Amino acid sequence: MALATLAEVAWADYQLNFQEPATKLAREVYDLHMMMMYICGAIFVGVFGVMFYSVFKHRKSSGRTAATFHENTTVEMVWTVIPTLILIAMVWPVTKTLIAMRDASSADITIKATGYQWKWGYDYIKGEGEGIKFMSVLSTPRDQIEGRAPKGEHYLLETDNNVVVPVGKKIRILTTAEDVIHAWFVPAFAVKQDAVPGFIRDTSFRAEREGIYRGQCAELCGKDHGFMPIVVEVVSAEKYAVWVAGQKKKLAAAAEDPQKVWTLGELKQRGETVYAQNCAACHQPTGKGLPPAFPAIDGSKIATGPKEAHLNIVLNGKTGTSMQAFDKQLSDTDIAAVITYERNAWGNHAGDMVQPADVKAARQ
Amino acid sequence: MNATTTANGHAEGHAGGHPDHGHQPAGLMRWLTTTNHKDIGTMYLWFSFAMFIVGGCMALMIRSELFQPGLQIVKPEFFNQLTTLHGLIMVFGAIMPAFVGFANWMIPLQIGASDMAFGRMNNWSFWLLPPAALLLVLSMFVPGGAAAAGWTLYPPLTIQQGMGMDMAIFAIHILGMSSIMGSINIITTILNLRAPGMTLMKMPLFSWTWLVTAYLIIAVMPILAGVVTMTLTDRHFGTHFFSAAGGGDPVLFQHIFWFFGHPEVYIVIIPGFGVVSQVISAFSRKPVFGYASMVYAIAAIGILSFTVWAHHMYTTGMPISAQLYFMYATMLIAVPTGVKIFNWTATMWRGSLSFETPMLFAIGFIFLFTLGGFSGLVLAMAAVDVQMQDTYYVVAHFHYTMVAGALFSAFAGAYYWLPKWTGHMYNEKLGKVHFWLSFIFFNMTFFVQHFLGIAGMPRRIPDYALQFTEFNQISTIGAFGFGLSQLLFLYIAISCIKGGEKAPAKPWDGAEGLEWEVPSPAPHHTWVVQPIVK
Repeated sequence: MALATLAEVAWADYQLNFQEPATKLAREVYDLHMMMMYICGAIFVGVFGVMFYSVFKHRKSSGRTAATFHENTTVEMVWTVIPTLILIAMVWPVTKTLIAMRDASSADITIKATGYQWKWGYDYIKGEGEGIKFMSVLSTPRDQIEGRAPKGEHYLLETDNNVVVPVGKKIRILTTAEDVIHAWFVPAFAVKQDAVPGFIRDTSFRAEREGIYRGQCAELCGKDHGFMPIVVEVVSAEKYAVWVAGQKKKLAAAAEDPQKVWTLGELKQRGETVYAQNCAACHQPTGKGLPPAFPAIDGSKIATGPKEAHLNIVLNGKTGTSMQAFDKQLSDTDIAAVITYERNAWGNHAGDMVQPADVKAARQ
Repeated sequence: MNATTTANGHAEGHAGGHPDHGHQPAGLMRWLTTTNHKDIGTMYLWFSFAMFIVGGCMALMIRSELFQPGLQIVKPEFFNQLTTLHGLIMVFGAIMPAFVGFANWMIPLQIGASDMAFGRMNNWSFWLLPPAALLLVLSMFVPGGAAAAGWTLYPPLTIQQGMGMDMAIFAIHILGMSSIMGSINIITTILNLRAPGMTLMKMPLFSWTWLVTAYLIIAVMPILAGVVTMTLTDRHFGTHFFSAAGGGDPVLFQHIFWFFGHPEVYIVIIPGFGVVSQVISAFSRKPVFGYASMVYAIAAIGILSFTVWAHHMYTTGMPISAQLYFMYATMLIAVPTGVKIFNWTATMWRGSLSFETPMLFAIGFIFLFTLGGFSGLVLAMAAVDVQMQDTYYVVAHFHYTMVAGALFSAFAGAYYWLPKWTGHMYNEKLGKVHFWLSFIFFNMTFFVQHFLGIAGMPRRIPDYALQFTEFNQISTIGAFGFGLSQLLFLYIAISCIKGGEKAPAKPWDGAEGLEWEVPSPAPHHTWVVQPIVK
């Protein structure tokens, strides 16, 4: 097939084949695909060689009269049996690779990847780094997306917190989701696994080379499906140990005193950041939303009414809509801050505050 | 096949026999109340072309947004509505009705029946379509906009959407009813109204393909109706079929949907196989090679299509044993499909070939559909599919089968039978131009999408990383070229209806079948007295 021949040509910067494989299995997939290309290419040339010979030689305009044959059992048997044999030959190596791909046992590190609309949450749940958790959000600025700033080299394929893993270790990824189905897809590892809400699936990879590998959510998950990338940094064992230590320190620092009483100004300031990261995609930086799918917060009944209802919707979400539950995503302080911000930003002047202790109480 | 004998002394000139239809209403009422298979066939064809234009405009908006990285023309939520409606409208509004139009026109003519078995139901099958189409199109203007979960409508995303989703669900119900009634009609007509002597194994292949297709439709449309109804009750009546929190499973939807969806792709393509078989034979001036094996291959494809559904779901996390089973079963379909392609090649071999527009589209069909078949084989390999699933490679694959497959075969059929329908020859030169423009721009649009998919560009995204830019630009230019070329077809068809060289009863010297024994244009009533086939 033309694809096969083209793929061999080094053609400017265009990417004509898979991304450079970074795992043994990805390389096997690469080779399987090339094998398929060659076999299909050969069949294609064979069949259409015959057909185009006919097209050029058996023309009415060159005075041909038609033969009258219209069946031949032997020929028909042959071209039923031979393709069957070819298929069996093709399927054998694919089966072997598939079985290897699905073996996620004896992993060195297990990471849970949770899909949210529209970001990924990671929990390192087993192995070195156990206990580390963070959210990973697209870090490409809005200005680049909307054409007000030149686009960077890794446009749409960059996050604020990359997944970091050590080179040469088997990493098991458990996928799940909070709201709708997402898919965790990193082409260089030949890994793609749907993240289904309410269920846990797994996949695994063992990266052979250090480097940064970029992928994207691969299952339509709503408005910002195109804006939830996956970036995996494969580093040496030493660097990984340093990263783990740094993350642990960060986690400890983030564990704030839940009884601390914050001022309105402090809460609003922190809430603005939390809002930008978690709420602005739907409710917009202006608080006006995109009604009716994403209602306005500015002037809304919930944000101007009693704070209990406001706490409830942020903690538990609203079923049947895109409003997700943030209870597992954000800390008490962050939830307190963002609610306080929403109640006192734009045209909202409730004047009241929600303290981390209130959130803690509401969680029970 | 070689059914050439008319009976009862009816000269070919008035096989129509019934000059009297003065009692029929004229104007709009004629079309609203007609039970004539030709009128209804014509309405199906015009309706499907109109939907083709609507769905095509949506495709062009999608391609415009994808011309360069960044968001320029549409918002992401509207982009998702466009991809969803483009899919639903093209599958259920354009391709399926187009072939039902062909079936209405040609099956009675081909088997020597005076009309379809159930005239009144035929009328109703058609007139259900416009309200369904209206529901889909108008859903873009309701609060929250149209359904935006892709044409596959996977929950839980569908649970989050506005009333546009409900409108899409009702539209699917209505379209399903229409297809089921159409199929009942086709099956009854074929099984009961064949002319004496027209045994099943003498029947033209187009009628054969529709017989198989109609059974597939009856088998799977209720399944689709069921699964969207489950979505509806999950949305409004507190059921939890697809919600894990209530004991359901989102992946259950995918299994049910694809149990419908895989036979559906054959529903779309199998009638095209029939058209192409007849056109290749006519312009090779040779009978179809391996008629019996063609029939068996169609039946085999139809039956196997029920056993492979989860190859659309390799990455959902099904057990390895299921992945292996679906992989092997899927690859099995390559065998009967291969048989068809070999048979077409053998039909052309040592024929006396000429290349009028129908033949060009038929050869274009075989060439490109085979490419689509190969990419399907690549996708069937579960290990390789992990890289391809939900990328542009899949988009390229199914457009090779649906556009270069189903649509090209519909064009082949339209040019082949236009003289019979209108009584005039179409403009051959323009027809050829239409083919070459379509062929070139189609490949420009979709061939490059293979590379995008292999490089890892997911489908259904409104914006993309910079390394995908060049191929997206080529694809967008191709899409506009392809879209505009179709206006040429509209022009050719209208001028052919309005006038042109008078067409004889049998304008193609190599064509065979009863449809060529009635005059052109086919009179309002044909085969009132059935021919006897020897």
